[in-house]
Amino acid sequence: MSLTFQFTKAQTFSLVLLRILIGWHFLYEGVIKVYSPSWSAKGYLLSATYMESFFQWLASESMISIVDTLNIGALLLIGFGLIIGFKTKWAIILGIGLLILYYLAHPPFPGYPQGPSEGSYWIVNKNLIEAAALLVLYMFPTETSFGLARLFSKSQPETPNP
Amino acid sequence: MATDKKLFKGLSRRDLLKTLGGIPLFGVIWSAGANFSAKAKRERNLLLETLNIKASAPPASGPLSGEPLRVGLIGFGIRGEQLMRSLGFATNEWLEQMAKSSAENPNDKRLEDFKAQENLNVKLTAICDIFDAQAEKALASFNSNGNTCKRYRTHLDLINSGEVDAVIIATPDHWHAPMAIDAINAGLHVYLEKPMTHTIQETYDLRDVCRKNPNIKLAVGHQHRQTQSFLTAQDAIAKNTLGHVSLVVTTTNRNDDNGAWQYDIHPDASTDTIDWDAFLGTAPKIPFNAEHFFRWRKWWAYGSGLSGDLLTHDYDRINCVLKMGIPKYITASGGIYTHRDGRNVPDVMQINMDFPDFSTGTSQEPGKEKGMTLVYSATLGNQFERGTLLMGHDATMELGNMLTIHADPRSTKYAELIKENKIDPMVPIYQYDPSANGVDAVTSATAKYFANKGLLWTYRDGKRVDSTFLHIREWMSCIRNGGEPSCGINEGFEEAIAAHMGGLSYKIGRRIEWDHENEKIIALPGEDLDAILLNNDIT
Ligand SMILES: NC(=O)c1ccc[n+]([C@@H]2O[C@H](COP(=O)([O-])OP(=O)(O)OC[C@H]3O[C@@H](n4cnc5c(N)ncnc54)[C@H](O)[C@@H]3O)[C@@H](O)[C@H]2O)c1
Repeated sequence: MSLTFQFTKAQTFSLVLLRILIGWHFLYEGVIKVYSPSWSAKGYLLSATYMESFFQWLASESMISIVDTLNIGALLLIGFGLIIGFKTKWAIILGIGLLILYYLAHPPFPGYPQGPSEGSYWIVNKNLIEAAALLVLYMFPTETSFGLARLFSKSQPETPNP
Repeated sequence: MATDKKLFKGLSRRDLLKTLGGIPLFGVIWSAGANFSAKAKRERNLLLETLNIKASAPPASGPLSGEPLRVGLIGFGIRGEQLMRSLGFATNEWLEQMAKSSAENPNDKRLEDFKAQENLNVKLTAICDIFDAQAEKALASFNSNGNTCKRYRTHLDLINSGEVDAVIIATPDHWHAPMAIDAINAGLHVYLEKPMTHTIQETYDLRDVCRKNPNIKLAVGHQHRQTQSFLTAQDAIAKNTLGHVSLVVTTTNRNDDNGAWQYDIHPDASTDTIDWDAFLGTAPKIPFNAEHFFRWRKWWAYGSGLSGDLLTHDYDRINCVLKMGIPKYITASGGIYTHRDGRNVPDVMQINMDFPDFSTGTSQEPGKEKGMTLVYSATLGNQFERGTLLMGHDATMELGNMLTIHADPRSTKYAELIKENKIDPMVPIYQYDPSANGVDAVTSATAKYFANKGLLWTYRDGKRVDSTFLHIREWMSCIRNGGEPSCGINEGFEEAIAAHMGGLSYKIGRRIEWDHENEKIIALPGEDLDAILLNNDIT
């Protein structure tokens, strides 16, 4: 797929801003978990209301420490990629995958138990929206406009004004 | 640096910012997270150091080596079957049912747990049950794997058979003390189900027999004494974490027929299969009545309803943590409001126990605080879980298998920390969850009710263990290695007297007083308290 876009400055700015905010969110979640050694996804997984056997398997004795490590690692990598602007496509794919998992464990489907949450949701919740926002970022990459990837992009495209 | 220069050659300052601008941002976010975590941890540690509560398990009981202990069981009913499983003996019916159930639900670990249970080095040599169906069920299952088990027609036959070293008694309440006394007099160790006794007089008689036979080990069946969080609770009390506890609230919340003792009536029950006179014992002589036989908890003649069946667990739970002993006053109220089916024990009952001289400690000026009330609040018509609360001036403890402590917003002890925002009264200052490594698949609301009271299982090293197994094991270790069971005759004496005072107050409608010095429940002139307690005609 060839992705050549010509954004206005304002458009680039908006996309970069979105990328950084989402990266910020992932990174902070990851850092907090790195520094709380007792943190584990076990409770979240065990209380899953959809695809229970899959999530309970993830929470099982033999899996949970791997799952926790992978989760924290992924959060940090995604945060790093999005903020620094490096390998953002990979970070985005990983991020969407992670968010879909979070979404499926406790989906706001009608008739499904809704645990304590700060808002009201029907089918759509913030995990899903964040995943969709990542999809937008995948379609409209900005790492060569703002990010380490600038260094490696041959053409050094300075976002041209239309 | 040199390579850096080459790499960045030709980049304007603007370009540099656009290339590397994310890096400082990354650093800022990382250090914000790290600082936040470090601060939270520092405050947490400071708080934990200040509280200094030791989370520890009760000491493990000793080795069970040597010749197998020969155990006899009297009363193989609902509880008898559970006790036998804890002893290592399950009926064929149960094994089949569990195999089926774990095949359907892989989370059902009951069979697996049973098979993994430590061998207690016992022989179940004798069984006495006056209902043929139950006795035959036991014989059919327990004469295998090298065990020989014989049926005895009466408890005296079993006790005097010479085939047993110790007995487990799980008959209806009115048979507890008579059987225990006979067994102890015959030199047998006794594991006796709760409530320890059915009458006031029996409570003294049993204690006398125990005092005369100091080498006999009597354990009363309050298995929740093995609950892991209780020792931690004791330590929290000892460290004066709660300040002066003025009120303890403990509750029974049930809303189903099983919870209201409406047990199944066995289709084979008749005078041909049940030794009816042996069931009645000292109870009023009435013609055969299958309902009385299977649902004996509903009549004062054999049981004592909420005060004997359930209050005893709650009282002993608190007595285990606070060691407050027998209350000076008890007032009770209630009635038959949810199950008007011919029973004569109340199904809604409130019992207030007053301990005017008791204190858990204080954080205020000496003399300001003293005295505590324990409220036991029970209904068989609603199962909203109200939990158990120990309410002190400085903090509130929620006591279950898990233990949670919240500071009180008006606490004296924590006033500074609350002001500095180091303690948020909405967030627990201490929480102890012995199951942190595992979440339980609790099967039903009733199971949850029992589990929260430590009656079904507790934890050792993060693993779920059957509390009854631990309780029996402790008793066996005392028999083999010496030491006293955690719920022995003195704890049982306090439990029984408190329960009887509750029943009396309900029946008489008056505040009942305990004369601590003379160890007597105060009666009015001419009043026969046991006659009132046992009176089965009132409704
Ligand atoms: N610790 C606990 O958690 C717990 C739980 C349940 C019951 N219990 C106690 O266990 C005891 C038994 O309760 P249950 O629910 O098993 O009752 P149950 O009626 O199911 O069982 C009692 C058994 O004793 C037998 N029996 C009656 N009179 C007898 C006699 N004279 N000689 C020999 N056998 C006799 C009956 O045939 C019956 O099988 C009660 O005291 C109860 O309070 C304790």
